[in-house]
Amino acid sequence: MSVIFNPIETYRDDFTFRNTSKAIKRFPFPFPEDQYMYSVNIEPALKGETGSVFEHWFDIDEHYRSEVAERAKVLEKDPDRCLVMPHMELAAWDSLALLMTHLASDYPEWFELHRSGDQWIWENHALNLRQAFTYGDATTLPCEPLEYITRQVQGDFAILDQRDNNLWMDAGMVTGPADWSIKFDAGMNFTQWHAPVPMAHKMGVFDRALKYLMNIQVDRPVRRLNWTMTVNPRLDTSSETYHEWGHERSLVTSENIGQMVHLRVELQFLARLPRSHALMFSIRTYLIRLDELATQPEWACRLHRVLRDLPDELADYKGLSQYRALVVDWLKSYDPAESTCCAE
Amino acid sequence: MMSSMIEVEVTKVKQLTDVIREFTLSPMEGALPGFSSGSHIQLHLPTSHRVLKKAYSLLSDPADTSSYRIAVRLQEHSKGGSRFMHEGLSEGDHLHITPPSNLFAPNSSARHHLLIAGGIGITPFLSYLAEFQRQSKSYELHYAYRGGVTDAYVTDLRQAFSAKLHTYDSNLQQRLDLDQLLSNQSVGTHVYVCGPERLRHSVQEAATKNAWSPSRIHWEAFSGAEPGQAFQVELARLNKTLEVSADESLLEALEASGVEIPNLCRGGVCGQCATTYLEGDVDHRDAFLSQADQSQQLMPCVSRGMCGSRIVLDL
Repeated sequence: MSVIFNPIETYRDDFTFRNTSKAIKRFPFPFPEDQYMYSVNIEPALKGETGSVFEHWFDIDEHYRSEVAERAKVLEKDPDRCLVMPHMELAAWDSLALLMTHLASDYPEWFELHRSGDQWIWENHALNLRQAFTYGDATTLPCEPLEYITRQVQGDFAILDQRDNNLWMDAGMVTGPADWSIKFDAGMNFTQWHAPVPMAHKMGVFDRALKYLMNIQVDRPVRRLNWTMTVNPRLDTSSETYHEWGHERSLVTSENIGQMVHLRVELQFLARLPRSHALMFSIRTYLIRLDELATQPEWACRLHRVLRDLPDELADYKGLSQYRALVVDWLKSYDPAESTCCAE
Repeated sequence: MMSSMIEVEVTKVKQLTDVIREFTLSPMEGALPGFSSGSHIQLHLPTSHRVLKKAYSLLSDPADTSSYRIAVRLQEHSKGGSRFMHEGLSEGDHLHITPPSNLFAPNSSARHHLLIAGGIGITPFLSYLAEFQRQSKSYELHYAYRGGVTDAYVTDLRQAFSAKLHTYDSNLQQRLDLDQLLSNQSVGTHVYVCGPERLRHSVQEAATKNAWSPSRIHWEAFSGAEPGQAFQVELARLNKTLEVSADESLLEALEASGVEIPNLCRGGVCGQCATTYLEGDVDHRDAFLSQADQSQQLMPCVSRGMCGSRIVLDL
């Protein structure tokens, strides 16, 4: 079924972002159990159910136009949120090709791609764009190729170079990160950019994950879910804008929790870029306010238990400590205290 | 990670020298998956007594996914793979291959790429050259061969890349002085070697002698499994005993008995097939596991039980 776009919503200032009931139903609720702990929860990204967020490699949903508009706003203020180091030029073209071919075949009503050798024509009916260009020649596009295509896609992208037995964050488009920054992580390797994560290093999670990721093959992508919480439906919680959003955590009260506090889920998708051997790491963020989440009582029940029992170190790292008690208290009424919640 | 197979047709067979044949593999429909310089595929070869799995480098231009090209040297002591490719495969035949994977990609941080090929080891570099030219990368290729026997592609290379090409024909007593070559490079240079094992060792030796850091030395090891002595293997959980003969690898013996193990390179480098063992004297021949890991794990694609011993695997 065709995607229908909402009128433009905002992820800042007046925060008009909302999920329709359809978006709530397809929300990727990330907890398979009543308790949360790190694991290398990576699985092959097989085609999911029709209409689910796992159906296509790159999920386009009702917020498409809003997210594209939000990305443009961030880039206007801070163009450096898009990074392509000189040796990543081939990987940038690779990313453009991968995104265009998948979008055109998965959403033919919105995107079209016509190729004749290196002469390509891209049509984006959702944004009313048409671009003829020469593949491999950046002067035939209005801007650098990774920037050009990711301005038209939902979600953030880190493009990782693979060398010296590690992955390096040498390119990307990151305008909606959960408290990190591509400008800070630029040029770091996998081990370095995960240094702030508590507990997981001791568990050997990253060593195992790195080996696994370096072996991802062409056309055999993998995915995992990650989660945190965000006050207000704010996509751009980048480290360098902390002064704009950090204080909002102290505005949470038991009265406004349902509207203000959001579960933030990242659908992380990793695919080998065939020509450059770089790895595309896409981070597709889904936001849901607790009022919306509570329309599915089994989710509210499970989230209650997860947050109640979350180790303090993890709560601190995810930035929840300040309002966790309030949220747990609010969710309690959804927990019938039976042995397990019946969420899927 | 198991990969699903792709069916291809052998659309062209070209005899390049007495011992080297080139094969063009075309998709049954559409295009093949894209690939990067240095990638290889596995071919599944239906020989008379078993399906052999062999890894070969893609030598075609990564910009072209309408077909893949590989080249195979007939090995004197062939276990059947190269012999099958030379004698059992013709145009029009169908084969199954895996999607490409890459264990020998050029290092993007290198300022200069020093490529050293011995004989059939030229193949991965052919896919490097097209990409290097397009991206105006700095490189040089040193190609050692025996004239008329293993000098595949030398005429094409002379035409297209003469300024960057240095050749060494052993028939003409032309010697590649690795020590001199490696002592004259700047620190931004990365060296890549593909060819016989003794060439690889000589490059590593010369590099070490000239204080190259290991991260600047890259090699492709597709010598595959060296034969050894027969030994016995017990599969503890499956409660099964297998005899591994002298001319097959442990991985091949496992596959022949219906045990599927994830694998990519079949040459001891990718780590995919690492398997836990519980008992036995193991002749470790891989280049992946640390010494500590080797006390618990072995890589069945290349490693074997010591002569006459019995290995117990946690399978």
